Amino acid sequence: MSTTKIVIAGFGGQGILFTGKLMAYQGLIDGKFVSWLPSYGPEMRGGTCNCSVIVSDEPIGSPIIDNPDIVIAMNRPSLDKYEPTVAKGGKLFIESSLIDRKAERDDVNVFYVPAAQIADENGDNRLGNMVIHGKVMKESDCFRFDTVMKAMEKVISARHRDLLDINMKILKAGYDYDCK
Amino acid sequence: MVVFKKPHALTDVPMHYCPGCTHGIIHRLVAEAIDELGIEGRTVGVASVGCSVMSYDYFNCDMVEAAHGRAPAVATGLKRSMPENIIFTYQGDGDLAAIGTAETVHAASRGENITVIFVNNAIYGMTGGQMAPTSLPGQITQTTPYGRDVTKQGYPVKVCELLSGLDGPTYLERVSVDTPQAVKKAKKAITKAFRNQVEGKGFSLVEVLSTCPTNWGLTPVESLKWCRENMIPYYPLGVYRDKGAEK
Amino acid sequence: MSEKVLMKGNEAIAEAAIRSGCRYYLGYPITPQTEIAAYMAKRMPKIGGTFLQAESEISAINMVYGVACSGKRCMTSSSSPGISLKCEGLSYLAACDLPSVIVNVQRGGPGLGGIQPSQSDYFQATKGSGHGDFRMIVLAPSSVQEMADLTSLAFDLADKHRMPSMILADGTIGQMMEPVELSDTMHETHYEKPWACTGTNLKREHNIINSLILKPEILEQLNIERYKKYEVVEKEEVRYEEFMMDDAEICIVAFGIASRVSKSAIVEARKQGIKVGLIRPITLWPFPSEPIKAAADKVKSFISVELSMGQLIYDVQLAEECRKPVYLCSRVGGMIVSPDYVLNKIVEVNNLGGEN
Repeated sequence: MSTTKIVIAGFGGQGILFTGKLMAYQGLIDGKFVSWLPSYGPEMRGGTCNCSVIVSDEPIGSPIIDNPDIVIAMNRPSLDKYEPTVAKGGKLFIESSLIDRKAERDDVNVFYVPAAQIADENGDNRLGNMVIHGKVMKESDCFRFDTVMKAMEKVISARHRDLLDINMKILKAGYDYDCK
Repeated sequence: MVVFKKPHALTDVPMHYCPGCTHGIIHRLVAEAIDELGIEGRTVGVASVGCSVMSYDYFNCDMVEAAHGRAPAVATGLKRSMPENIIFTYQGDGDLAAIGTAETVHAASRGENITVIFVNNAIYGMTGGQMAPTSLPGQITQTTPYGRDVTKQGYPVKVCELLSGLDGPTYLERVSVDTPQAVKKAKKAITKAFRNQVEGKGFSLVEVLSTCPTNWGLTPVESLKWCRENMIPYYPLGVYRDKGAEK
Repeated sequence: MSEKVLMKGNEAIAEAAIRSGCRYYLGYPITPQTEIAAYMAKRMPKIGGTFLQAESEISAINMVYGVACSGKRCMTSSSSPGISLKCEGLSYLAACDLPSVIVNVQRGGPGLGGIQPSQSDYFQATKGSGHGDFRMIVLAPSSVQEMADLTSLAFDLADKHRMPSMILADGTIGQMMEPVELSDTMHETHYEKPWACTGTNLKREHNIINSLILKPEILEQLNIERYKKYEVVEKEEVRYEEFMMDDAEICIVAFGIASRVSKSAIVEARKQGIKVGLIRPITLWPFPSEPIKAAADKVKSFISVELSMGQLIYDVQLAEECRKPVYLCSRVGGMIVSPDYVLNKIVEVNNLGGEN
């Protein structure tokens, strides 16, 4: 039995909520219990934005996360805020093309991913979130790569169907990215 | 031979209105319109708060009593859920033009297909004669004992003029019931306001200048005269909107 | 079995309402419940229903009153400040025995407050949602699935007992997404409504829906009769959940989001050997007094976990007749109790050993 608690944080517009939804749908398709909880409010665009996703083999109690197993920090304020909360032995993914500092914790696994840069190299600089999610899938065992396409189809609205391929391409680039 | 009988749309319940009050006439006109259009069986009336609150006992159709000022919203709910029914509100000046201003303006601007009978007697009758939104400048009431001072209490609200600034309403007319001729005109206007709804034409409001002998401190006859000499000059009678006629 | 879909709690309410036969939604935008209005605006025109954005919450609740007079299923939703405006209408709906469903996705108060989750409208919902003696059935969902299921139930209970019923949710449950299974069996149960004002067709006496009763002896009698109905509701409609209560020495009472956080804390506390359980009221009115009273025979103490300055706690104390101490564990103003926060309180209370 396992439970993975994930916090994704960054600017509004970086696809934070989208990534969370994608994860939640992947969990659902994989037959797990999931919850997705956004921050909400007037800071809908451009402000700070985060969401909490839990994927679990058992029913989920609190959807609110104190100590996430995985933190994805897409900007500096998010890293400052959530780095101290990562569970010991947890994973911290840092968008290193936007964040200029290193992690301070030495009891967590840190992955530096220049997400916006990789996304740009692969055709759409707005899809840094997909790069990171690809890397998260590679480094954690809570998502299966073979169900992500099905989840993507659920999350991308019909009128943006043409963006499916580019999302998948950039996701794969993130999956294959070697931090070393 | 019966030469004069009660309209079917009125019940036998004795009305509580004061002697000389024109609510009775206006009730009768509404009931006659309902009778003539043959719509009593599918009509639902909305009574408001004020002297006419108990009109739910007087009209023979189904009746709903609304919270103070909310009759147009309640009528909206009724009409939207029963588009084939005929829905009317019967409201006084405090209800329609003070506490219920928002509901009135927005039902009108939505062009809700309802009929509003607005009885303007320039005073709060039921609570004992306080200033109404339609009390005239200088008018003495319990809460304007020195006369309505427009620098302090503001000006009267002219409902037909106000609503005629909106695109929504189909028909707005101000009438009076101070003479038999005026009553005939009022009858025509009220019937038209109901017929508009039957024909699906939209929001119709008839403002009826009325009297309140008790709270004006006048006899019934003096009241009719006061209405004629003071109210009608301030609230000119006539059609303020008639989309049907404009075409 | 139908497919599970991910939905926001607010959307689940809207879809469940539609599936339960609600074709009239009258509302006014306010965060954090606006998804309900948006969902209804999108769906209602496609299924022959009515979505109407009123000019105010006051107008919206009175439109609900109008639809309810026709006997049709209808709903409005809002969040805390908006519910305060609807309170006048709630009193009239209760006074006229009109079935209707009102949703409150609570946010922090008082005043304009904030937009983050809260449970500080507990008193308002269960004790004082308007002037006069009246009750509403109050249902408190703690998951997105329950947002759907209890909405459907709210329509049935409202029709069955001829009274308004409220979904008392909070911003968290409203905004979060979870898998939901929308049962195919969800439907509109038919209730006879001979009292409805649908026109006499000249075949019956006119119906009058009215709450003005000027004779005190009649008004008193009507109140007494309405309270007899409430007694039936109290007897028949209490709903609650017990979690790990069998051997519990500490009993947490919490509803909605606070109960979910409490469950996580309880699981952790049990790992430390602390015997703690949960009674989760699903109906806040009628309140599950009996199981709490029964628990007082077994446990050493209670903890009321709530997102308010201590409102639920009074009902807990009343239910257990002040036989055991009741401690308050709360965050307010849009702050939410975390599992660790509740766990700390459990440990603290456990160390006290049930002494005051």
